[in-house]
Amino acid sequence: MKNNLIEVRDLEKYFEVSGGLFSRNKSVVKAVDGISFDIPFGSSLGLVGQSGCGKTTTARVLSLLDPKTNGNVYFYNEESSSMQSIDELEGEELKKFRRNIQMIFQDPYESLNPRWNIKDIILEPLNIHNIGDLKDREEAVYEILKTVGLTPPENYMPRYPHELSGGQRQRVSIARTLIMKPKFVVCDEPTSMLDVSIRISIMDLMLNLAKDLEVSYLYITHDLAVARYMCDRIAVMFNGKIVEIAETEELLSNPIHPYTKRLISSIPIPDPSYKRERYELDFTELDSIIKSNSNNEPMVEVKDNHFVATHDIKGIL
Amino acid sequence: MKNQKNIAKEIRRKAIKKNWRLFRRSKLGMIGLYIVIFFLFLTILQPILFITGVWNKGVYDPVVGYSEQFQEFLVVECPKEYPTEKYDERSDCPGRTEVNIKTLFYSDAQVGETIIQNLQPAPPSRQHILGTDSLGRDVFSQIMEGSQVAFVLGLLSATLGVGISTILGTIAAFFGGRIDAYLMRQSDLVLMLPTLPLLFIISAFAELKIWHLAVVLGIIGGLGGSVITIKSQALQVKVKPFVDSARITGGSRMNILFSHVLPNVAPLALLFMVFSVTGAIASESVLSFLGLLNIDMSWGLMIYLAQVEGFIFSGMKFWWLILPAGLSVTFLTGGFYLVGRGLDEVFNPRLRDR
Amino acid sequence: MNILEVKNLNMSYKTIDGEVEAVKDVSFTVKEGESFGIVGESGCGKTSVAMSLLQLQADNGKITNGEIIFDGTNIVGLSESELRKVRWSGISIVFQGAMNSWNPVVKIGEQIREAMREHYPDKTKEENTTKILELFGIVGLDSSVIDRFPHELSGGMKQRAVIALALSCDPKLIIADEPTTALDVVIQDQILNEIRKVQEVLGLSLIYISHDIAVIAEMTDNMAVMYAGRIVERGPTKEIFANPRHSYTKSLLESTPSVVGDKVKLKSLEGEPPSLINKESGCSFAPRCPYREDSCNPSLDMELVEIGTDHYVDICSAGKS
Repeated sequence: MKNNLIEVRDLEKYFEVSGGLFSRNKSVVKAVDGISFDIPFGSSLGLVGQSGCGKTTTARVLSLLDPKTNGNVYFYNEESSSMQSIDELEGEELKKFRRNIQMIFQDPYESLNPRWNIKDIILEPLNIHNIGDLKDREEAVYEILKTVGLTPPENYMPRYPHELSGGQRQRVSIARTLIMKPKFVVCDEPTSMLDVSIRISIMDLMLNLAKDLEVSYLYITHDLAVARYMCDRIAVMFNGKIVEIAETEELLSNPIHPYTKRLISSIPIPDPSYKRERYELDFTELDSIIKSNSNNEPMVEVKDNHFVATHDIKGIL
Repeated sequence: MKNQKNIAKEIRRKAIKKNWRLFRRSKLGMIGLYIVIFFLFLTILQPILFITGVWNKGVYDPVVGYSEQFQEFLVVECPKEYPTEKYDERSDCPGRTEVNIKTLFYSDAQVGETIIQNLQPAPPSRQHILGTDSLGRDVFSQIMEGSQVAFVLGLLSATLGVGISTILGTIAAFFGGRIDAYLMRQSDLVLMLPTLPLLFIISAFAELKIWHLAVVLGIIGGLGGSVITIKSQALQVKVKPFVDSARITGGSRMNILFSHVLPNVAPLALLFMVFSVTGAIASESVLSFLGLLNIDMSWGLMIYLAQVEGFIFSGMKFWWLILPAGLSVTFLTGGFYLVGRGLDEVFNPRLRDR
Repeated sequence: MNILEVKNLNMSYKTIDGEVEAVKDVSFTVKEGESFGIVGESGCGKTSVAMSLLQLQADNGKITNGEIIFDGTNIVGLSESELRKVRWSGISIVFQGAMNSWNPVVKIGEQIREAMREHYPDKTKEENTTKILELFGIVGLDSSVIDRFPHELSGGMKQRAVIALALSCDPKLIIADEPTTALDVVIQDQILNEIRKVQEVLGLSLIYISHDIAVIAEMTDNMAVMYAGRIVERGPTKEIFANPRHSYTKSLLESTPSVVGDKVKLKSLEGEPPSLINKESGCSFAPRCPYREDSCNPSLDMELVEIGTDHYVDICSAGKS
């Protein structure tokens, strides 16, 4: 039974939208509306959903980029061997803690500073945290470039991002992310802007590194096929809530929530002879049912480790 | 490791070559560049001529040089009524090489005699390719001196102004909130103020030398509208994923500001700098023209002198006192502007034709 | 009856870095009522092919060779005014990102009527409006959309309106270039469904261009795979998926994850597509080919060879034997 690296309980992130200069009403957008999940050490969780469902917001909150509105996020603290809430971290402690979390972004073109060369880009985390001396740091950059497949490293270190291809840039992002040996990496659709034929090489690289370094991933994607390849478990999000969460193969073979079923059945299959059955779903109906029940009931464990949000589908189940 | 450096140099050379090629494709940019280089050449030429002794400082110094230009004049008496045999109109007498006896006060010459007078301002001649002004000073030398003034003033005030606006704009974008609100209101205020009248007022209270003018122009320019533009550019950089990446890693705000945001705002700032040089040069010439600057020599001053001494109103008779200085201001400011346009095409791929 | 025959199409762009051969020796035919797919990754030339068909390529692009025979007439070399007659009422196109190219200050209905006025100057406003409402019915849009502004519609609705626009002048052939990128998978599914329905109801021919091989599998009867400006494999969709012969096609299929079936270990390609500037002839896939043998000589000339019923593969002269 693995220890949990992260435990998320009833996480909420609201954004205030003012009605304008002359309006007193401030409406609230509930981007993330009470979600809970665990991520054990060395395992990966996929967060799947359509644009606007709250997955990117969740990613930003968990990587400590944006503050949460409500709820609790616990990380495993090595020193005390217990779960510690991130609320308790401040100042220097918080900065040190940041070594454990990293993020890989979707856009290979915008996630590297165009005015820095590759060596400096990968060096930055080491510089910020003052690890070792200059020679050690350059050694580390050299080694990690080899690990991500950018060899010979001397060819890449003096180059600038615009001189590299999209795939190479994502490798640089991965190198920079992993040089600090974090425990937790949030991946925001890192392959969706890459050519189809090279996506697998990037994903395989990430899977291998996860195994070698015991890294846990939170993998955000809208593509269930990719989530299947990368993740042990998948959580399906809709309108700020998790509607279903289960181990990957279980979710794909036995989806229970209507939204999950609709999602899975919408995916085109690369096989012309496969007859795909679309699961029809009335979205306005689903939306109104979810909205009408706002006391965040906990999800129900339908099978072993397979949870479904039930407040909206009691009638259907 | 040597290999690494060589490869890096190679790639850098290719990139610089590509940017240069892009700049060259902009015809406007190239014309501007040639103009600026021409004036730069003039700037350097004057000290070289003096140092190498080709020019005698006593004669050619733009402020204190003196050159006598003697010419023979025929003494005539201008008739009271026109037209006559010799002259069609009143303005034809005295002619170019004639002098009216009524205007000779210190001479005993009689009508029909030729006298030799010192002709200042003298039209262009072999010794003075653009002629001399009313004090016998070489006009071409003055143009070169004016070029030095223009460059120093332009670049100094532009650098100061851009430095200020870049820092303020980036701070406004980065820290937001009250600091941002204050800086934006300050910019609005400065934008509202008309620059030239402001300079007039300042010159009434304080004696303005060229350095003072550079600083004043720099500060006014720096606090003005460019802060807003640079702030918007900094805002765009602030939300880019690589900045998020630095934040997640634990970088401090100052760290991110200086190492990530500022370098990406720099190209825009450079563009501003080039454009603000034109404003600086133009402001200087206007102020000198109005006699508000305490300055020994500049293009604006040349035109000021021509006006004050009445030469402007004689039409094109004394063109060398007016045209070279006026055209210099026009061309140099135009040149900088065109260079800015050319640079814009390099930095802004969407402006390119292909 | 072939609605479109493309023979040896060549198109290149002049750029600051040199001449880019975007389309090289591309040939294919589309029958009436057929759905033809073109699949390939970024830079393979598929969008350039689409633009060439309507001669809408950028100013620095030029068709250097080849014929495009639409409904019996070669449209290469036609004058601009003659081409305008073909565009939209003969061939129309749904661009990539077209949903974002609606004019934000004009109502949707008016923008569609504008296109119709160009081709049917004699029709009245009422006749055009009735036609638009009919089309909206087919693509699944509410009739109120006709008086709405683009910003009032969702992404999916805007894309459906684009399809209605493409149908407004009764074309015989529609080109759809990645019409569902940037749309959620559920909406994509709905739109693909609409497209299929439209095709059946109106008897249209369709050219569907995408990098997503799963969509091509579901939407097309015949297909072509493009790489570095050339067609490397062409034939009936079912046949190509069952028996892929070109190494690139095989690699493409082997690198596509799926949600059904057993979880298989996928393979990836190394490297990147070649530069199309001043390309030499020969096999452009050889550097990345995972099935490459020692005897492979990449500089040999390539040509499409028939290896099955209607199934063509780009092979070098050595491979033919």
